[in-house]
Amino acid sequence: MNKELERNKSYWRANLKIVSWLMVVWFFCSFGFGIIFSDTLDQYRVGGFKLGFWFAQQGSIYIFIVLVFVYVHLMNKLDRKYAKIEEKD
Amino acid sequence: MEVQELTYLFVGLSFAVYIGIAIWSRAESTNDFYVAGKGVHPVANGMATAADWMSAASFLSMAGLIAFLGKDGSVYLMGWTGGYVLLALFLAPYLRKFGKFTVPDFIGERYYSSFARKVAVLCLIFISFTYIAGQMRGVGIVFSRFLEVDINTGVVIGMGIVFFYAVLGGMKGITYTQVAQYCVLIFAYLVPAIFISILMTGNPVPQLGFGSTLVDSPVYLLDKLDQVTVDLGFNEYTQNSKSVIDIFCITAALMFGTAGLPHVIVRFFTVPTVADARKSAGYALIFIALLYTTAPAVSAFARMNLIDSIQDKEYSSAPSWFKNWEEIGLIAWKDKNLDGAIRYSSGDAVKGRPVYDTERGPSGERIVLNSPNSDNENEVYIDRDIIVLANPEIAELPGWVIALVAAGGLAAALSTAAGLLLVISSSISHDLLKKTYMPKITERQELFFARVSAAVAIAIAGLFGIYPPAFVAQVVAFAFGLAAATFFPVLFMGIFSKRLNKEGAIAGMLVGLIFTATYIIFFKFLYVDLNTSENWLMSISPEGIGFIGMILNFVVAILVSSATKPPPQEVLDMVEMIRQPE
Repeated sequence: MNKELERNKSYWRANLKIVSWLMVVWFFCSFGFGIIFSDTLDQYRVGGFKLGFWFAQQGSIYIFIVLVFVYVHLMNKLDRKYAKIEEKD
Repeated sequence: MEVQELTYLFVGLSFAVYIGIAIWSRAESTNDFYVAGKGVHPVANGMATAADWMSAASFLSMAGLIAFLGKDGSVYLMGWTGGYVLLALFLAPYLRKFGKFTVPDFIGERYYSSFARKVAVLCLIFISFTYIAGQMRGVGIVFSRFLEVDINTGVVIGMGIVFFYAVLGGMKGITYTQVAQYCVLIFAYLVPAIFISILMTGNPVPQLGFGSTLVDSPVYLLDKLDQVTVDLGFNEYTQNSKSVIDIFCITAALMFGTAGLPHVIVRFFTVPTVADARKSAGYALIFIALLYTTAPAVSAFARMNLIDSIQDKEYSSAPSWFKNWEEIGLIAWKDKNLDGAIRYSSGDAVKGRPVYDTERGPSGERIVLNSPNSDNENEVYIDRDIIVLANPEIAELPGWVIALVAAGGLAAALSTAAGLLLVISSSISHDLLKKTYMPKITERQELFFARVSAAVAIAIAGLFGIYPPAFVAQVVAFAFGLAAATFFPVLFMGIFSKRLNKEGAIAGMLVGLIFTATYIIFFKFLYVDLNTSENWLMSISPEGIGFIGMILNFVVAILVSSATKPPPQEVLDMVEMIRQPE
């Protein structure tokens, strides 16, 4: 029982760590590049887009997709790791 | 074939498909009716979620809004997609693990309180009906413009279709119809966008096209648009005009609101496993992003085309779409300088929504009775909701593309309406009847009540369509603000905090609800004249105030919880259970 509790705790901590890092990226790519620093980024250009405008209307959305799939991948890995530990215990 | 015949054909075919699916996927149990037997494939659920989520507002209104707002319109793009990251990381997998039927179900059990459950049902019903009213307006617009039937007849037909598959099939029927509706709506959205992108920039990918140069010119489309908008006295297209803090708060309110919307959350109850719930959120976001990254391109194309095709044209030689939309009252022209030419610039042409005389003016236009605004030269009133529907006509695309867009708009409106009706009916039959007032009913009776409440909800939604309440546009801010200020914090902390208790959750929800509702009602209904940035709290508009409501909810919930006794052991065990994968 004690072992299980310990295992659950460390699984949850690992989960929180993954989620926190992803949220940092999430915040910077949307609220950061798309809103707060958007006007500053607008002095750079990618083709016909001003960079800040591109982040606000395109880039942030692409990054959101990548974030969710990175999360899916990392969590599946974590689940497999803990399933193995559980078998060993 | 004529456009109208094609439209009948496309709309008729798509409706036949929806009905076919409904017959094939009848619900046999409450498990089928509420959560589609938890057997939906993650990709199918991703598509269904995308159709569920993308409403008449996303399909018909959003690109038009952005076309007129320019960069300020980004709040919708980031807000309505960024919420899926929150949903995937914080809610979907855990609520799937919890494994019950509805969102109030989770709140009632996690906070061991039937009062909390009832507050949740109340918020859910309010949010969902607000939303449905918007869908019905969308159905009405499409029917009246393209099928030339009376708006009321159109609404009744739409209701009949939804009634058929929602009442018969419940979540199971809705899910598979939504998959079909997603295919129809995304095809209908992308085809004209690709056409227009090729026509204007030569690039077939709209996402790249609106960052390209114009055909026959070395000038970038967006630069041209910036220049033209400034010349006509509008805000520069790629510049914000709202304050940074307001944009920040509106985006946040839309994001957290999206993550807290019950009809979206409940979709993740339908997949087989926790891992599938995560994956499914990712697929949903891809399917949504396909439309959401195309929309700003459509906006830029439409704004450019719109200005090009009417500016300084004689009314007598104005394009036919201009006159068609004028006929149904969504465009108006007031010849202020009496020169017979259309002058389009910034500012409202007339005071209020146009009211037409029965007589025609000297150029053949419908006479507008409203008094003109004399502080600007603008002579044109354009309802923003028509941009997506009118865009193929403005760009002179073939008739079948126009017909396709009509079918797509209907798919978007009907799929969302069905999803909303389902959460309303299940919160009534499951949370209010089975779990609160009539715990002794059998599963068959519960299923019967679920069908009856779905039917009643459809009837009420139909009434909203036939007698559209004037407040529809104003209450959209309500739905998201309230979802953010009530549901998100208690759902999030119900999973991520073991300390949050009944007292904290109820106090938090009520404070979030009352604060947000008061602020919105004050500025949107009671003192509309005061609704300017000088009077706002920290210059945050009513659209963004849900974010502040959400922060208050968190603070109050934590403070009250720490002053009262912790949740009982069985609730702690439940939280521990939902945190672990299978």
